[in-house]
Amino acid sequence: MKILVPTKRVPDTDQKIVATADGTRVAVDHIPYVINPFDAIALEEAVRIGERLGESVEVVAVGIGGEGYEQQLRTALATGAHRAVHVVCGQTLDPWNVARLLRAIVEWERPQLVLMGKQAVDDDASQTGQFLAALLDWPQATFASRLELQGERIRVERETDHGIETLNLPLPAVVTTDLRLNEPRYASLAAIMKAKKKPLDLIDAEKLGVTIDPRIEVLRYRSAETQRRCERVRSVDELIERLRNQVGAIV
Amino acid sequence: MRNLVVAEHDGTHLRSASLSCLTFAKMVASVTNSDVAWLVLGHGVEDVAAEAANYVPVIAVDSPALAHPLAEPFSQVIAYVARARRIDVLSAATSTFAKDILPRAAALLGGTMASDVVRHELVDGQLQCDCPQYAGAVTATLRLTGSPQIATVRASAYPAAQAMDSQAHAVEQLQVVPAMLTARAQYEGLKSKQKSRPDVTEARVVVSGGRALKNSQDFERLVGQLADVLGGAAGCSRALVDAGITPNELQVGQTGKIVAPELYVALGISGAVQHLAGMKNSRTIVAVNSDPEAPIFEVADYGLVGDVYTVVPELIEKLQYHAACATG
Ligand SMILES: Cc1cc2nc3c(=O)[nH]c(=O)nc-3n(C[C@H](O)[C@H](O)[C@H](O)COP(=O)(O)OP(=O)(O)OC[C@H]3O[C@@H](n4cnc5c(N)ncnc54)[C@H](O)[C@@H]3O)c2cc1C
Repeated sequence: MKILVPTKRVPDTDQKIVATADGTRVAVDHIPYVINPFDAIALEEAVRIGERLGESVEVVAVGIGGEGYEQQLRTALATGAHRAVHVVCGQTLDPWNVARLLRAIVEWERPQLVLMGKQAVDDDASQTGQFLAALLDWPQATFASRLELQGERIRVERETDHGIETLNLPLPAVVTTDLRLNEPRYASLAAIMKAKKKPLDLIDAEKLGVTIDPRIEVLRYRSAETQRRCERVRSVDELIERLRNQVGAIV
Repeated sequence: MRNLVVAEHDGTHLRSASLSCLTFAKMVASVTNSDVAWLVLGHGVEDVAAEAANYVPVIAVDSPALAHPLAEPFSQVIAYVARARRIDVLSAATSTFAKDILPRAAALLGGTMASDVVRHELVDGQLQCDCPQYAGAVTATLRLTGSPQIATVRASAYPAAQAMDSQAHAVEQLQVVPAMLTARAQYEGLKSKQKSRPDVTEARVVVSGGRALKNSQDFERLVGQLADVLGGAAGCSRALVDAGITPNELQVGQTGKIVAPELYVALGISGAVQHLAGMKNSRTIVAVNSDPEAPIFEVADYGLVGDVYTVVPELIEKLQYHAACATG
């Protein structure tokens, strides 16, 4: 069984992120890049499936974008992916075009399962997996917090606004992962060394026969501003007094 | 521009978030001098359709195959209706329902999509949408090029539409071919906790607990009870969901629910960006934390440095006392 794990390279959003003064982009130059945390969870899950089922499982990590991707894909290999594919593309890509490129890769690689993050923590769009499932005409299960492979099917528990929903899908399928699915490992030094020898293939986006057709243009970015000034109250009585007199929100 | 709003409902009633999305659609329609309709999908949805008809006309597709919100049939029907009715703007309130289904419909339509719109503008017939990114640290203004234009809309950013017309609008029952209703995914069930309180997205007051709460009894006794005294909802940070103390549907944040109540009370929550993304637009924010340096205080209006295990029982007791005096 082959599992394809698309991994996006994103700025580490635990760092403070702001827009540039002219609003043309997000100031990310000083910020380290990481694998999108949700994709890291997808990768971890794929690797664990491989550890459980043995040699019949091949985990292929895919990255789409410019130069820096190699670093993230090496990390993916160190985490346990068997192979990595870097689709080289210098253009800015929106989720629609990422999904179209991924479809081309899926048609080439023919995985039984695409496991990917439920959203990327940079654009927070939560679109790519669902787009891909539609383009492939595959069933989908989004926001997975538990997976169980059952032969040619997969049972998925999904986190919804109203509780945990269970779906059972035939493969091939697209499954997007939520935080609770697992906690990704840190690659050991030995694994990092070993990853240097694992195959990392480069493919030019153009060779995939996909003409990039942007559907979204970012006109400007604006940093969120906080105008609040926190008043420190010293006691519960003072807090209640503020809420009653100044907010009127309660009682 | 013709607008279609996918209604989210619980089988009997519209969810209030959908009414905020309807406001978005009506705003788009009014500048472009065009109309809005609901699309109500489900099984046995007469009541929902009738309620929806108090706002704008309704297209309803009712079938046993739509009893559960499965992405395949839902997106197929939505795409079909959008195409048949030449819809220009298709929208739904941001939720796990819409996030699952709408992008799939968007791709079937070959449309262009914005997620979690908090503000919009129409420029030359194209939507320009403000969408929070990077856990809300940045807002991007996106121009959608292509058609149809599809949006999930953040409910807290738009007021709920009012049912103004005295006479209800028409409900059109639409039949679709069986092939459109097929799903390969099988629905096996939904496990949800018994709910005695409102949903965090629908309450005027939200009281949320963080890692300071050590177990579910403490959560219930402190966070739950304070929520009850304030007539609000109980929420939580991711830390408690991960620890298995609270169910995920209570989670507030970038990857949970986005709330903007009149009053948000954060108890023992540090204020990680991912949590702030879900609550920082609340009208008034109160934080209780034992660490005077906790980042949550940076977004709070009122901060009390203290141990939630002593502060909260006192707060509950005094609020109960005040309430008792008021009703005398
Ligand atoms: C991709 C990604 C997405 C995420 N999405 C979300 C999300 O949607 N929502 C979310 O909440 N988190 C999310 N997180 C997790 C987030 O980064 C934080 O880890 C989480 O919010 C921390 O929860 P907390 O504040 O309860 O816990 P902590 O950060 O551990 O803070 C606990 C706080 O309680 C205080 N405290 C401890 N004991 C007491 C006491 N007795 N009395 C008073 N104060 C006390 C401490 O001083 C501390 O400030 C996400 C993380 C990632 C990586």
